Amino acid sequence: MKIAIASGKGGTGKTTVSLNLALSFSDVQLDVQLFDCDVEEPNCNLFLGFDLEKVENVVCPVPVIDQEKCSVCRQCSDFCRYNALAALPTRVLFFPSLCHGCGGCAVLCPEKAIQESQRSLGVIEKAKGRSSPEFYRGLLNIGETMTSAVIKTLKKHIDDHKTAILDAPPGTSCPVIASIGDVDYCVLVTESTPFGFHDLKLAIGVVRALKIPFGVIINRWGLGDSRVEEYCKAEGIPVLLKIPNDLRIAELYSRGIPFVREMPGWKEKFLGMFEAIKLQLAGVEEART
Amino acid sequence: MKQLTVISGKGGTGKTTLTAAFASLAKNAVIADCDVDAADMHLILKPKILEKEDYYGLEVARIDPELCIECGKCREFCRYGAVNENFEVDPYECEGCAACTIVCPNGAVSMEIRVSGQSFSSETRFGPMAHARLGIGEETSGKLVSTVRTNAKKLAEQYHKDLIVIDGPPGTGCSTIAAITGTDLVLVVSEPTVSGIHDLKRVLELTAHFMIPTVICINKYDINEENTQLIKNFCAEMEIPVIGRLPYNDIVTKAMLQEQTLIEYAKGSKCLNEGEFADQICQIWARVENILMGIQDKQNGIKTLKMKSL
Repeated sequence: MKIAIASGKGGTGKTTVSLNLALSFSDVQLDVQLFDCDVEEPNCNLFLGFDLEKVENVVCPVPVIDQEKCSVCRQCSDFCRYNALAALPTRVLFFPSLCHGCGGCAVLCPEKAIQESQRSLGVIEKAKGRSSPEFYRGLLNIGETMTSAVIKTLKKHIDDHKTAILDAPPGTSCPVIASIGDVDYCVLVTESTPFGFHDLKLAIGVVRALKIPFGVIINRWGLGDSRVEEYCKAEGIPVLLKIPNDLRIAELYSRGIPFVREMPGWKEKFLGMFEAIKLQLAGVEEART
Repeated sequence: MKQLTVISGKGGTGKTTLTAAFASLAKNAVIADCDVDAADMHLILKPKILEKEDYYGLEVARIDPELCIECGKCREFCRYGAVNENFEVDPYECEGCAACTIVCPNGAVSMEIRVSGQSFSSETRFGPMAHARLGIGEETSGKLVSTVRTNAKKLAEQYHKDLIVIDGPPGTGCSTIAAITGTDLVLVVSEPTVSGIHDLKRVLELTAHFMIPTVICINKYDINEENTQLIKNFCAEMEIPVIGRLPYNDIVTKAMLQEQTLIEYAKGSKCLNEGEFADQICQIWARVENILMGIQDKQNGIKTLKMKSL
């Protein structure tokens, strides 16, 4: 089963929830994989401290133009939707950072002047040896924009026989879709403030559009007002967990310690939440058949 | 005209709250909300929309079932796995590259434009504002960020504003790059947590990569003073100015609930530490303005005329 932890707004506690859930699972010897899909700013391992090893490079195919063969017919530069190719009077220029690696230019070139090579976008890393939880993360190179490509490569390491927890990036656009696209369930983490609530509604729009069953965790509960709870009640959205606005949790977070390590009572709550998710999914399945 | 972008790497460190406060302090500025994925600035600034425009993202391929001979070439070629077994295109996977249109032997694939959101030019109680709404689950937020910035520049020219204050998105990817390229100064709002520090270092690499002058503000500095010291030491080593620090204060949530900027809220507050908090923000803003004044104007829009000192 694949569970994604997402939120519209940044800094609501996605990583906190992902880590504590994964650690609660690994404590009861459940086979669990944790994926840090926030490849622009991956933070999970700051809290886990695993030794990481590179498992693969994420690459993007890019055109290499043979200037001898190129007749500057402009077909490639006219075709490229990303403006990665520009035709000058005497030659075609290529801008690697704009290229999405679609391969169209190489097919189109009537002179067969375009070959493809590979450009590095980032890396996929994994915790060395047999770690618990099993941990993978992606890391996008600085200055690169192909976030989704790194996330998609990272997700190839999901083992369908295990429970996979995916820590998604913030927002609602392509990197989020790439992360939560094919998961079985999505946990949306929010806080009950005007910003948190507004962005939660955006995130709900995304999971509904993708037809993913979901529930909500209210983090920093006690902060703000009761608008999220009222909304969830009216919409029939399950509130899976409320994590209080506790200075101790914030302080542990600031030092890079997942709070279930110091407050073990919370493991039960996270495992209870997982049972509630399974029940909800069983209900969804029943409704479908 | 000068441009300041506020970013953070990590989400939720206080970018929007601080930028909104700057909006109420800046005398002659346009505000641009470039966190188009999860835009929140309008909740505080309550813009009155003057002009609305549909935003077209990348096109999406469509296969005409009448013409499709199910040869499978498009599905085989598509590098994004966007064509399914029934020869339909998944709009969430399609990157709009149009390669399928050239490999199809029967001309069955066409590219369709689609509205991916809206961009707005508005007025607020603090002056003009450019902002946008990205459609649910749409791609290419970087392109929409560029649209918002273009609109902000137009507003600045129309209303003779000499500064654009940009609220940027979290992360280091396409929308962040679109929000910082060509700006005169980046302010990074950091927090003294291990994630905050890690993400700060990544965005500093990014601003160094694009060679943009950068300053730091440490928010909630008192939640971990050791980490605050680490940030200061690191910045001193890298010669990046730390222009201020703010303590954790409930005023942030209180002001947000009142739909006010921190500056507006503090004016009506009798609480001493809330007034002090607002004063600290005023000082940070004064430092930002001072630094901006010292930076040579590189924008093409309005040239600042050099005055001869009489």
